[in-house]
Amino acid sequence: MEISRKEILRYLGYGNKESDEQISALVEEVLEELLAAASPKCIYRAFPLTLLPENEIDFTVFRTKSRNLSKNLADCEEVLLFAATLGTGVDVLLHKYTRLQMSRAVIMQAAAAAVIEEYCDQENRRLKQEYEARGFYLRPRFSPGYGDFSLECQKDITTVLETPKRIGIMLTESLLMTPSKSVTAVMGVSKKPYRCEIKGCESCGKKDCAYRR
Amino acid sequence: MTAILEKLKERILFFDGGMGSLLQANGLKPGELPETWNVTHSDLIVKLHREYLEAGADMIKTNTFGANGLKYNKDKEFDLEQIVTAAMKNAREAVDTAAYTSGRSKGAIALDIGPTGKLLKPLGDLDFEDAYELFSQVVRIGEREGADLILIETMSDSYEAKAAVLAAKENSSLPVFVTMIFDDKGKLLTGGNVESTVALLEGLGVDALGINCGLGPVQMKGILEDIMKVVSLPVIVNPNAGLPRSEGGKTVYDIDADEFARVMKEIVEAGACIIGGCCGTTPEHIEKMAALCKDLPVRLPERKNRTVISSYAQAVVIDQDPVIIGERINPTGKAKFKQALKDHNLEYILKEGVLQQDNGAHVLDVNVGLPEIDEPAMMVEVVKELQSIIDLPLQIDTSNMTAMERAMRIYNGKPLINSVNGKKEVMEAIFPLVKRYGGVVVALALDEDGIPETAEGRIAVSKKIYDTAAGYGIGKEDIIIDALCMTVSSDSKGAITTLETVRRVRDELQGKTILGVSNISFGLPQREIVNAAFFTMALQNGLSAAIINPNSEAMMRSYYSFRVLADLDPQCSNYISIYSGNVAVLGEVKRQSGDQKAAGVSGTDLSLGESIKKGLKDRAYAAVSELLENREPLTIINEEMIPALNEVGKGFEKGTVFLPQLLMSAEAAKAAFEVIKEKLAQSGAEEKKKGTVILATVKGDIHDIGKNIVKVLLENYSYEVLDLGKDVPPETIVKTAIERNVKLVGLSALMTTTVPSMEETIRQLRTQAPFAKVMVGGAVLTKEYAMTIGADQYCRDAMASVNYAEDIFEVK
Repeated sequence: MEISRKEILRYLGYGNKESDEQISALVEEVLEELLAAASPKCIYRAFPLTLLPENEIDFTVFRTKSRNLSKNLADCEEVLLFAATLGTGVDVLLHKYTRLQMSRAVIMQAAAAAVIEEYCDQENRRLKQEYEARGFYLRPRFSPGYGDFSLECQKDITTVLETPKRIGIMLTESLLMTPSKSVTAVMGVSKKPYRCEIKGCESCGKKDCAYRR
Repeated sequence: MTAILEKLKERILFFDGGMGSLLQANGLKPGELPETWNVTHSDLIVKLHREYLEAGADMIKTNTFGANGLKYNKDKEFDLEQIVTAAMKNAREAVDTAAYTSGRSKGAIALDIGPTGKLLKPLGDLDFEDAYELFSQVVRIGEREGADLILIETMSDSYEAKAAVLAAKENSSLPVFVTMIFDDKGKLLTGGNVESTVALLEGLGVDALGINCGLGPVQMKGILEDIMKVVSLPVIVNPNAGLPRSEGGKTVYDIDADEFARVMKEIVEAGACIIGGCCGTTPEHIEKMAALCKDLPVRLPERKNRTVISSYAQAVVIDQDPVIIGERINPTGKAKFKQALKDHNLEYILKEGVLQQDNGAHVLDVNVGLPEIDEPAMMVEVVKELQSIIDLPLQIDTSNMTAMERAMRIYNGKPLINSVNGKKEVMEAIFPLVKRYGGVVVALALDEDGIPETAEGRIAVSKKIYDTAAGYGIGKEDIIIDALCMTVSSDSKGAITTLETVRRVRDELQGKTILGVSNISFGLPQREIVNAAFFTMALQNGLSAAIINPNSEAMMRSYYSFRVLADLDPQCSNYISIYSGNVAVLGEVKRQSGDQKAAGVSGTDLSLGESIKKGLKDRAYAAVSELLENREPLTIINEEMIPALNEVGKGFEKGTVFLPQLLMSAEAAKAAFEVIKEKLAQSGAEEKKKGTVILATVKGDIHDIGKNIVKVLLENYSYEVLDLGKDVPPETIVKTAIERNVKLVGLSALMTTTVPSMEETIRQLRTQAPFAKVMVGGAVLTKEYAMTIGADQYCRDAMASVNYAEDIFEVK
């Protein structure tokens, strides 16, 4: 996996600025430790999709209402439910350094965020190729919590994909995912290509976010 | 011995196959709870059970995999009682009505227990004892309704498996089988491996163990091979029907019934004696498997007699290759450690643990006994904290039986236990705990008559301990004899007697030994010289494990060189990797590798202020020590440290210094403060605090990085921080604010779903502790949002929290 150092620094609040030698060296050291502890896993399944009036979306296995997601899924007849995680090993490290060395913990936190994103991107690129070979196009990944896509849908996605058993993602009472470096998302499948590639940060409505790209 | 275990002596036993996948084929929707069908589709469930029995299954699993009180309770359509009772009734009806071929007896009912679907604390939000209670509820109903055995299956977390086994054993008298889910690398989702898992489950006294789900039979062969090397119990293998793939929205598996049966035959030949299927397998798979395997001879594994302990992640075998047990987590003779215990400074204790691990310890001894503290509570807390960040097995070291039992219960693995001895009373207290929770126990070779002066006497006591343990069903492999290391300065023959005992336990009793090595030199100058020499002698006499200070270079030199000379270090590679190009100074306490190395700078001549600004911890430590030789502590703080911290803080606010640098500076300053604090303590003075601040991540939220950043900075600016942790109920925060009369409370919440509990906390503080100001922060908060929920101040970052504190306590 090729992890963007720029992304790690962005999560650390550097914006577009560069880090000094000392921090760059630490980032490398932390990344190495992190990648050794991570065991990335993902799971996905496709279901027929129906877009209903008033922004209601029927994923076959559950329904929700979301204006942002309805737009994202326009022209799609199928949807991929997707979940990915870096595993508990990363959380153990984060926990350790949060207790003992905060400077390392924050870098690890940022690096882990970059790693899970890159892992999802990598898996999504692979899926995209598979689908395109069959004449279908994938919409960018859209996660519960983006815009008005309810976090509650994490429950449905994790249940349908059996993530607790298959890849170890479980939800807390307040809908936090454990392990913490985990992603759930949906991706539309369409016969029509997408107008423009917007994913991650840019697809989110929270324009004043400190970490926005 | 129940019928099913008796039958196992005669032939291979067969479990049924998948249930969930068959229900899906019959219309169960993805996401729909399969256990509900016990009530709504009972005819179908009975029919499927019956088909399995008629296909040759000796045992059927009840349709209760996901049945627990979280999913079924009074608020739901069905409660747990209804679901489990219906499941048992369906299984019973199938057993009673199935048509068995001649000569076959009625099938047995295995009460099926799957994982809760929640991750346990500290990484998740389910408490160990709550998990235990959820499992207990199912066990009690299952046994009452006539289950023949309990199958705990598809467990991917050793800790959750332990909770389930304890629940099964403490709430029923049924046989307990456990199967775990490993990935293709032989790892559990939470990091354990085959060896650590087998050690844990055998320690807990299950009746059979094995693997299920996740993989097909072909992929399970390698894992089975690993299990067979270490296991002493009957082994279960319940694979999926191969690997799954998605076909038109449906999951299909890549192995047909014939192929499944053929591979299962190989699995029996490799040592499994209870076999069946999991996801994707059908009565056809089971029928073909049973036909092919029913006449294969059953070979129960022989006892391996391994002395093994485990953590959540790894096993440590105590055998030929000596094991290092770090002794530093112990307050005896350590003023700083005692203070840390009194101050509830767990960070200090954790650092002791990590340092010993970095320096080569294989196991950590944990002793937190101090008259003025609540030892059981402290022991539980320290064990929980250590096992959440360190993957080494622990040695629970206490004479307080309450502390011992509570620590053994919540320990995530099979621990070393320190200690038992030949006294009747002590054996009667310790052995039942070892039997119940598993463990290897250190046995001091002394009894009511005191410490035997001769090796002969110590051997006699050792034999007595082995015999008594055997009466409890505890094998010799789970006892490790402490040959007793006596102070040589008070008895010149002491060392010789100890060494003779070590040797004779090995040669005459074929037992394992341990010593607290450092005792030997008590009262002598330059103790390490004698310790290291005695350590080498003890190793040469067959010592299996040593309780030593792994931070001592002299001791580790003895250890590494002994391994070379005793042919335990192939090609001397371990020795070479440690000592080539690195000549450590004898007696030097090794230090943790830190940021210095990564930074590639040593900065040996930097001033204190500069080293803080650059975030160089080691240099800050050294620089402040030099300054203290001729300057007052307070002058150093005010003239060197505060200006440096302020400069870094301002840089952060301006955007020229970034978070990692801010924290590295804070950590460097902290290292310097530690030295100053010590100096002040020596002169009887105390560091003055500006005020007390409560910090907490609110209830429901388990992410605490943000809160901990604020903590590091506030402490830097001389505030006393009461860190209440994460997932903290409003009541705890209010109670602490009132009790300690705290004027400032900092709350953190990461998610929109947890902001309501932040709002509730503020509401309760307003009514019950109106004197407290509340500052809030967290990813989803904004200034407006913070005001809406009634906070006094929104802090966008850690420096903003410091600035607000300075305002409140009128420092500026």
